[in-house]
Amino acid sequence: MAEKFDLTDDTVVVIIGSGAGGGTLANELSQRGIKVVILEAGPRYEIEDFVNDEWESFGQLAWKDMRTTAGSWRVHRDFPNLPAWIVKAVGGSTVHWAGASLRFQEHEFKTRTVYGAVQDANLMDWPITLKDLEPYYAKAEDKMGVTRTNGIPGLPGNNNFKVLATGAAKVGYKRVHTGRMAINSQPRDGRGSCQQIGFCFQGCKSGAKWSTLYTEIPKGEETGKLEVRPESHAVRIEHDAAGKAIGVVYFDKDGKQQRQKARIVCVAGNSIETPRLLLLSESSKFPNGLANSSGQVGRNYMRHMTGSVYAVFDKPVRMWRGTTMAGIVSDEAANNPQRGFVGGFEMETLSVGLPFMAAFLDPGAWGREFTSALDGYENMSGMWLVGEDMPQESNRVTLDPAVKDKWGVAVANVHFDDHQNDIAMRKYAHKAGSAVYEAVGATRTFPTPPYPSTHNLGTCRMSENPRDGVCNKFGQTHDVRNLFISDGSQFTTGGAENPTLTIVSLAIRQAEYIADEMGKKNI
Amino acid sequence: MAGNDKADKLDRRQFLAGVSTALIISGAALIHPAEAWGLEVKDLKPETMRTLIKMARDIYPHDRLADRFYAVAMKGYDEKAGSDAAMRAMLETGVSTLDDLARKKHGVAYADVDWEAERVALLHQIENDKFFQTVRGGLVVSLYNQKEVWSAFGYEGESASKGGYMSRGFDDITWL
Repeated sequence: MAEKFDLTDDTVVVIIGSGAGGGTLANELSQRGIKVVILEAGPRYEIEDFVNDEWESFGQLAWKDMRTTAGSWRVHRDFPNLPAWIVKAVGGSTVHWAGASLRFQEHEFKTRTVYGAVQDANLMDWPITLKDLEPYYAKAEDKMGVTRTNGIPGLPGNNNFKVLATGAAKVGYKRVHTGRMAINSQPRDGRGSCQQIGFCFQGCKSGAKWSTLYTEIPKGEETGKLEVRPESHAVRIEHDAAGKAIGVVYFDKDGKQQRQKARIVCVAGNSIETPRLLLLSESSKFPNGLANSSGQVGRNYMRHMTGSVYAVFDKPVRMWRGTTMAGIVSDEAANNPQRGFVGGFEMETLSVGLPFMAAFLDPGAWGREFTSALDGYENMSGMWLVGEDMPQESNRVTLDPAVKDKWGVAVANVHFDDHQNDIAMRKYAHKAGSAVYEAVGATRTFPTPPYPSTHNLGTCRMSENPRDGVCNKFGQTHDVRNLFISDGSQFTTGGAENPTLTIVSLAIRQAEYIADEMGKKNI
Repeated sequence: MAGNDKADKLDRRQFLAGVSTALIISGAALIHPAEAWGLEVKDLKPETMRTLIKMARDIYPHDRLADRFYAVAMKGYDEKAGSDAAMRAMLETGVSTLDDLARKKHGVAYADVDWEAERVALLHQIENDKFFQTVRGGLVVSLYNQKEVWSAFGYEGESASKGGYMSRGFDDITWL
């Protein structure tokens, strides 16, 4: 079982973070006989620890360490210290993700070419194509047990899906189904099938939903090559005189500073903590932060164009029953600039419980207009809108000069302004979503603003040319050969799709590359 | 009844005042005769807590919810006021400002203003103040996170221990 490695062992690969990127990479490397230490900032919970209670679960799982915000996005006003709703626990945000597993579309890897120059957007083609990633998408879908792939049937549709599907058909949408979900519709890989519990965001109590917590990580540990250290908060990556990464400084569960030596360091802390750690690792050799000769570390922060539409009907829906993301409409996902914006968006059912509905339906709102909406909760149906947002250099994660965390380390500040394209897409998507519900008799619809970000992307983007980005097509940083970016921070652009499948696919591909390069003694 | 007319009038006026707010102050406690509950107030003035409870309903009015849910949602402020002098000062000052606005406009304290719309108009005058923001921000959790409140909205809460909804109506919609 799980090995323990010495702090002075400089032959290990140190991975910071244990979510979709870090957890997958760790398993893939350990299956190849490579020694891995995961430093995970959060504690280790197991399935039995999860609670079907929104606020209690938020208290248990969410990343609540101090962060600050800036910019014109509404999250800055409504949730000034909660730019993102992500998880601080072993398994990372695969503990609370909804399970939607969609491949990027071909054009989304070359947006600069297809969309052309969009004013104030920092569009760039990825250094890889869909064709490059296809074999890894296939491996990821098999690994995660994605429905509607590998002969796995789709999940049954719940009430919320039925409302969506009926409305979508009435307005003429064709690409409507219960999704490609990394949720077992039948027993697979030692895990049971979905019991339609709801509470997908609070940690799956049946284990039907794929999470690195109970798939990749224990599988890696079984090889004897993976050690997971929970409650280990990385604060600095160290390098030698030649500029090679040699170890990671972190605070352990007792608040004691430790230093783990490393042959290779992979950063997978989600797109806010990943650039923060690189910026915190500045030195006389790397005065602007590690791997930041391009000046792009922290820039091009993307969060997807998001929004929701909730609708009230004259009869009950009870949308909370069953899978949270229970179905999808993909008809608006293509790039069709005639709509007044580039890129596309997906419409996916979403449900939140009464406590979160009160907090997120219209943050800050009060009075009867608001409470009469909640009075219709039982008769409510909901969808999330998720689309491609424009990368902008000024949307940026920086170190807050004025605020320190409990270790005395500068916290991340997240600055975000919507691009005109994001605003136009949201406006259109809110209308399109409302039309779906009105087609089935909605008496009232609510164009709900974005929640704190769940899809954080792009702050250490991939680029062909080292001048334009932080890492190459394998996530290897341009400046430091044995330093890798292993999470959604690598994304050159965001696509319209939920990012987890792409993060997992990139991690599988990166593991192959790292093992190969280690074999050749290149790193 | 033998008493003189003057005393009768006074009693009736007190009685009517009590009805209009439902909550009666008795020493350091608030009594709700209709719902048969009482709330001891330790660190805030009882009048302040009475106003906070009224304010809570005016911020998130649900006619299907009894006053006790609003009282439960607000009673935490009394405890906070006990350990946090700045919080106590903010609440006392905030309520007294609100009462001043009410007296100026309607001649009575906030909790005694007759119509919800009139009270809401007063709240709009202070809605950007830290006092209002603090009360509203706390209330959106402390009200809607009460499990006893959920059933009034049809929300069923925890389901894993019951086996989820696989055989309990996850797809039982019939009206489509």
